[in-house]
Amino acid sequence: MKSIIEIQNEIIEEFSLFDDWMQRYEYMIELGKSLPIIDQKNKIDENIIKGCQSKVWVYAELKKDKITYTADSDAIITKGIIALLLRVFSDQHPSDILSADTSFIDKIGLKDHLSPTRANGLLSMVKQLKMYAIAYQTQLK
Amino acid sequence: MFDIKKIRDDFPILKRKINGNQLVYFDNAATAQTPQIVIDEISNYYSNYNSNIHRGVHKLSQEATDAYEKARETIQLNFNAEHSHEIIFTSGSTHSINIVASGYRDILKKGDEIILSAMEHHSNIVPWQMLCQKTGAILKVAPMDDNGVLILEKFKEICNDKTQLVVISHVSNALGTINPIDSILSIAHSFKARVLIDGAQAAPHIKVDLQELDIDFYVVSGHKLMGPTGVGILYGKEKLLNILPPYQGGGEMIEDVTFEKTTYAKLPHKFEAGTPNIAGGIALGAAINYLNEIGYDSIAKYEEMLLDYATSELAKIDDLKIYGESTQKTAVVSFNIKSIHPYDIGTILDKLGIAVRTGHHCAQPIMDYFQIPGTVRASFCFYNTKEEIDIMVKAIKRAKTMLA
Repeated sequence: MKSIIEIQNEIIEEFSLFDDWMQRYEYMIELGKSLPIIDQKNKIDENIIKGCQSKVWVYAELKKDKITYTADSDAIITKGIIALLLRVFSDQHPSDILSADTSFIDKIGLKDHLSPTRANGLLSMVKQLKMYAIAYQTQLK
Repeated sequence: MFDIKKIRDDFPILKRKINGNQLVYFDNAATAQTPQIVIDEISNYYSNYNSNIHRGVHKLSQEATDAYEKARETIQLNFNAEHSHEIIFTSGSTHSINIVASGYRDILKKGDEIILSAMEHHSNIVPWQMLCQKTGAILKVAPMDDNGVLILEKFKEICNDKTQLVVISHVSNALGTINPIDSILSIAHSFKARVLIDGAQAAPHIKVDLQELDIDFYVVSGHKLMGPTGVGILYGKEKLLNILPPYQGGGEMIEDVTFEKTTYAKLPHKFEAGTPNIAGGIALGAAINYLNEIGYDSIAKYEEMLLDYATSELAKIDDLKIYGESTQKTAVVSFNIKSIHPYDIGTILDKLGIAVRTGHHCAQPIMDYFQIPGTVRASFCFYNTKEEIDIMVKAIKRAKTMLA
């Protein structure tokens, strides 16, 4: 199992192959399309992350000592961002999720999405993933 | 003579590049850009006569007071209010609406009714909901049809002797629909109801004659009117403003203060507690002068051409649906492309240097009506061009290919 940092570095390397924003976004869109769909029973209002212009659902469950996240969005670029986040954070230990930083997003040229004014709420998503990690970490203790 | 090249030169921001592309600014319904002459007015104020108004005996204070009051008169004349003291400077439309809504807490009784339209901006919904919660008054909604047009017959049906207030946008921000405010006013007045018209979206495009239309309250935002942010207007008929209690207490709004009792200043000062946005007010006057120099008729004619062109070019794109198809519209096109989220289109357009608005446009009830999460909204101004519309249409096609 790869660590969070290993996966982040992998993503940074993949994105370094792209020449311009078009290719980056086309890749994000592809990622968005390939994101495994969240189980319909978890696609409920309680799992919606507030503060996003597009709807984002995130569901987390503990499998042994690791968290598996599933998520979905009605906007495809947002889904691409979620796919990246899930690749980094899903199936990791809560304490690793909590200590992980997210500067890789900056390094892959998607810094725009980190601005608090950005309506896609990438920050809200990261926050929500970490909130689940806090909750499950407490459960594990 | 409408000289588009000269007009574009008046707006320094239009020369900006975004992500390496020439800026195409189509978010005018959110904030219109500011001409150099207005920017200069702000700079001139702070460089030459910045000081507090209505109080000082010194030269600077007199100059600032004169300029501020001159701006009020400019606004009065532009909207043809009977008195300049019926023009209250506020921080914007939202503030203006809240002054009236808050004042009506003392006037409305349980069971009184307020009517608003189905196409209101949240700022013309929430203050009235709060007022209803406080007073026990009832909020009623006048519906619109599938074209985004107010159904006047239904509006008439819900008016009755309990109707105290009718609040409606002159122009819908999300759809661009121009509401028939003359009919609304005469129907509402026949029931002795007062009418507040949200002119935020109308004032930059339509010349309004407050007296001829017999409007009770009218609100405007400066930043949609080529002026700075943080300044706006509340117009109210003198007798109505006199009945409304003050909104905020403080300096400037008093006549006499003792610890036992305070008597309030006369209009307009009663509603202008504290030091106002002096530079903003003066600059708003300059913005209105600028608009009048170009001329509302020329502006309307040119923007109608842009609207017609954009509508027909966008309609050629497969699977594109336009929301708001009233025959009476300002230059706003709200649209979606089948199976594509508006946010995705907005993101790609931004990468190409095109500023549009995506989302619910602070008008969620409209989006609920059409059962959509939001729209892409392109809103045009007289400094925009057909060439810019071509750039947007091309960009939308590119986004569509990427996202499909």
